[in-house]
Amino acid sequence: MSVIIDFFIGFFILVGSLFCLIATIGVIRLPDVYTRNHAASKAATLGVMSILLGTFLYFYALEGHFNSRLILGIVFLFMTSPISGHLINRAAYNSGVKLWDKSVRDDLKEYNKKVLEKSSVD
Amino acid sequence: MAFQILLNVVLAFLWMFIKVSYDPISFIKGYIFGLLVIFVFRRYSHSRFYLFRLWSFIKLIFIFIKELILSNIAIVKIVLKPKLDMRPAIFAMDTVLTKDWQITLLSSLITLTPGTLVIDVSEDNKTLFIHAMNIGEIEDEINSIKNSFEKAILEVSS
Repeated sequence: MSVIIDFFIGFFILVGSLFCLIATIGVIRLPDVYTRNHAASKAATLGVMSILLGTFLYFYALEGHFNSRLILGIVFLFMTSPISGHLINRAAYNSGVKLWDKSVRDDLKEYNKKVLEKSSVD
Repeated sequence: MAFQILLNVVLAFLWMFIKVSYDPISFIKGYIFGLLVIFVFRRYSHSRFYLFRLWSFIKLIFIFIKELILSNIAIVKIVLKPKLDMRPAIFAMDTVLTKDWQITLLSSLITLTPGTLVIDVSEDNKTLFIHAMNIGEIEDEINSIKNSFEKAILEVSS
């Protein structure tokens, strides 16, 4: 029984740190703010989540200690990380950071142009 | 929904008073019997039986976890590929959701699943502008969001 638990704890923590590592590589390798933000705000989310899960399992199974703060940590991570990612990207777009030159399309540009024209007519 | 839960609690207390026992176990028993009563009389209520809504919420969470893991693997593949040949794009998606909290939930879920990130919402709350890391066909991309998240959110709120 404890061997299975050990396996799961090791699995979660290893996978978590692997995802964090890949997120870091992604931040360095990817070409522009938007794609970097994908790697930073999301691969890291799953990574931190699995590390917290592994820690929770460790304390619960081996020490018999139910730590609800680790679960709360996961919940708050899910609440805050999409908002921060969204805000960084929105701020970057509105202050005019260019997309990568191989990007295929940009619907928001046309929309913004339309809104601008409308407000100048009014 | 709030009325049904209140009614359920009242029924649980009723059960406790009838049994003249005030421990948590009899409250839980009363709650379960009350649930049964509300389930039987669900046709006379204006809103849906609230356990159905809870069930669709749990389904939404499972859909989300599945998407989270699948798309994380996709991101890992892109990052570790020796050649950077993804096709990032910003595309517009029309949504049928109308309430503020529904749109907030939808855009949070879209942002949390890797590969897609909401940049902006149009003034009239009808269009989401999504930055996608590696876009295939725009139609497929939109349909996959519509069929998974939007449908599940509609089910929760109906």
